[in-house]
Amino acid sequence: MSTVTDPPVESFRLSQLINDTRYRSITFQFIALILLIFAMAYLGWNLVQNLAAAGLNISYDFLGEPAGYDINQTLIDYNSQSTHWRASMVGVLNTLLVAVMGCIMATIVGVFVGVLRLSPNWLIRKLMSVYVEIFRNVPVLIWILIIMAVFVAVLPQPRDFRGDDAEASMLWEAFAFTGRGFYLPAPIYEPGSWLVVTTFIASLVAIVVYRRYTTRKLYNEGVLLPRAWPTAALFFVPTLLMFFVLGMPISLEYPELAGFNFQGGIYMRNSLLSLWFALSIYTAAFIAENVRAGILAVSKGQTEAAASLGMRPNRIMNLVVLPQALRVIIPPLISQYLNLTKNSSLAIAVGYMDLTGTLGGITLNQTGRAIE
Amino acid sequence: MSDMHAHSVAFVRETMLPEQEPPASEVGVVHWMRENLFRGWANTLMTVIAIFVIYKIVAGAFPWFVNGIWSTNSLAECREILQGTTGGCFSVLTERWNQLLFGFKYPQDQYWRLILAFVLLGLAAAPVLFNKLPKQMLFFTGLYPFIGFWLIWGGTLLAPLVALAGFLVGFAAFKKVEHQSFAMGALAFLVAALVTWFLGGFAIRSAPGFLALEAVPSRDMGGFMLNMILGVVCVSLSLPFGILLALGRQSDMPIIKWICVVFIEFIRGVPLITLLFVANVVLAYFLPPGTTFDLIIRVIIMITAFASAYIAEVIRGGLAALPRGQYEAADSLGLDYAQATRLIIMPQALKISIPGIVNVAVGLFKDTTLVSVISMFDLVGMIRGPILASTEWNGVYWELWGFAVFLFFIVCYSISQYSQWLERQLQTDHR
Repeated sequence: MSTVTDPPVESFRLSQLINDTRYRSITFQFIALILLIFAMAYLGWNLVQNLAAAGLNISYDFLGEPAGYDINQTLIDYNSQSTHWRASMVGVLNTLLVAVMGCIMATIVGVFVGVLRLSPNWLIRKLMSVYVEIFRNVPVLIWILIIMAVFVAVLPQPRDFRGDDAEASMLWEAFAFTGRGFYLPAPIYEPGSWLVVTTFIASLVAIVVYRRYTTRKLYNEGVLLPRAWPTAALFFVPTLLMFFVLGMPISLEYPELAGFNFQGGIYMRNSLLSLWFALSIYTAAFIAENVRAGILAVSKGQTEAAASLGMRPNRIMNLVVLPQALRVIIPPLISQYLNLTKNSSLAIAVGYMDLTGTLGGITLNQTGRAIE
Repeated sequence: MSDMHAHSVAFVRETMLPEQEPPASEVGVVHWMRENLFRGWANTLMTVIAIFVIYKIVAGAFPWFVNGIWSTNSLAECREILQGTTGGCFSVLTERWNQLLFGFKYPQDQYWRLILAFVLLGLAAAPVLFNKLPKQMLFFTGLYPFIGFWLIWGGTLLAPLVALAGFLVGFAAFKKVEHQSFAMGALAFLVAALVTWFLGGFAIRSAPGFLALEAVPSRDMGGFMLNMILGVVCVSLSLPFGILLALGRQSDMPIIKWICVVFIEFIRGVPLITLLFVANVVLAYFLPPGTTFDLIIRVIIMITAFASAYIAEVIRGGLAALPRGQYEAADSLGLDYAQATRLIIMPQALKISIPGIVNVAVGLFKDTTLVSVISMFDLVGMIRGPILASTEWNGVYWELWGFAVFLFFIVCYSISQYSQWLERQLQTDHR
């Protein structure tokens, strides 16, 4: 009869800490943690010392103090007596404004260019690839500055609109494109206008619902209902109908020359415009490549199979190629949107007050509170 | 029968007819144009629009180039010569050529050092870029960082020599201890290198004039050279850090993994320009009181941190794309982690991630223009600052910006073309 003996209990030796794979990872992590804690403590200690030397302390009270500076383009009410907190909110909104506008325009231009890069027309194809290569390979900061310079240099100044035989004239008496920015008519909402707006939103919802319905109908029953003209009709008819029935409750306020500058209407500064355009066309070049790659990723067999089923080219694109291409296109598209939003912090180069400009720029300069 | 047939038929051809030429519309230029330019009315319309656009661009740019003035000293003189006709004042480029390339503070008589450093950079990069070149050239690549530093910043040759000696001694120590374990080897490397640098410090202080070039402080760097320095240094530094971060993120050790994840995600969530502001303003608070070190080094640290986070993500993609079997095969051969990573995993993962790394590198090179925002005078900073603000050249936009676009386009486009070529070279699978 044999007895099963326990394996001998290994005595723990110090060298196991580095040579034995069971313990080695613990050793390494311990060392890393110690190093990290030491680094943090060192940096923190320096910070405390430096702040004490500079007579500063960490507090966020400054956010409540009056900012004391003006911001040239704002979406919400703001004046120089508002708080730093308010100023940073203006910055956030400005960042969002340029990011959203940029994303929309970049998508439109990018999809357009991406599809044209696959066009059967050789000349268009080459033209578009030149566009993509030029814009992809040059820093966006340079583009922002170039477009800014073009706006200032090429477009007329407000004083050129003065007089009877002015050098420049407004487009339809409503739009003024000047070197200082664009002046657009602004809508004035009178009582009853909310009905029009509500109708418009409702018709947008109706369009989505209708298009979903046609898709379901097509997939379930194979019946193809018309989509283009009902969409257009839903878009325009109810809103216009409501608009005229209620006696035109929304009117436009036109910009007018007053003194040395235009008054009234919506004023988009050229810093906003150049940032918007530059970010859009720059990102559009990347989006165009994504779109092209997405469309190319759909195998040729899919197109041929659809064609052999007797579908027309337009419908092949809409029903077969695009749904499959979108699956490839969307993830890089999202990351391009993120890039655009991050690049919008370049606003500071042209003096557009976004978050970096308000909080990181002037507030920082005034209060000297960099760390918070 | 055949006789009769011969009589009943008047003529029988006995030789083959020569092939007929295809119709003119199916060959050559005409066919190509019909296929590619004029297929259907929509296509034709697009061609016409494209030709119109090209004509507009060429008609605008051509006289501007041809009538360009290359040798005046100010914009006013240039406008006087042009007399209102269209033409570019390219003389701003010739007159400010050195400023555009080297900044406005670098000593004029030392420009040869920069040019030499640039040429040597090409020589050092060649064996890395093209693997057909002899492997011996890689020695020069290893030496280049020290030579380049000495040429650009000047000072005594001893400083880079000591740095180099530190690496060499460290490497020797590593080789000696490597058979025990990789970790011990790394530790030995660190200790030996630090001891060498510490001792070398005395040598430098005792002989500051040994083979010294005129020292140039880094705040005097500027122009396109600054972009090149930042781009090259940061890309080459961020590669090893990126690899380490990617491995750390893949590792089984939770603490190390979380340190890497937090670092990567934090850096990726913040725009580079914010990091540069941090480098400019905040970083000084975190250092011992009284230490100041150059803005350019702070900027290099920040851009390297930024780039290595992105490169880490790219390499992580490469690591994840490797089939599981490769890791298991390496384990079953009895290789430990360091060997497996060095010999099996990394060569394959890096190959997969080349396009991504090149994308990051191009993006990084473009982002070096951002340093102009924190008042460093790189190419963009030179154009916006000293040149456009000077009385002679106030108002020259197209020529200067066109030049900047041209320089960046050349560099970035050739890098991306190179990466496509490299991908084709490294393609070992069958397609």
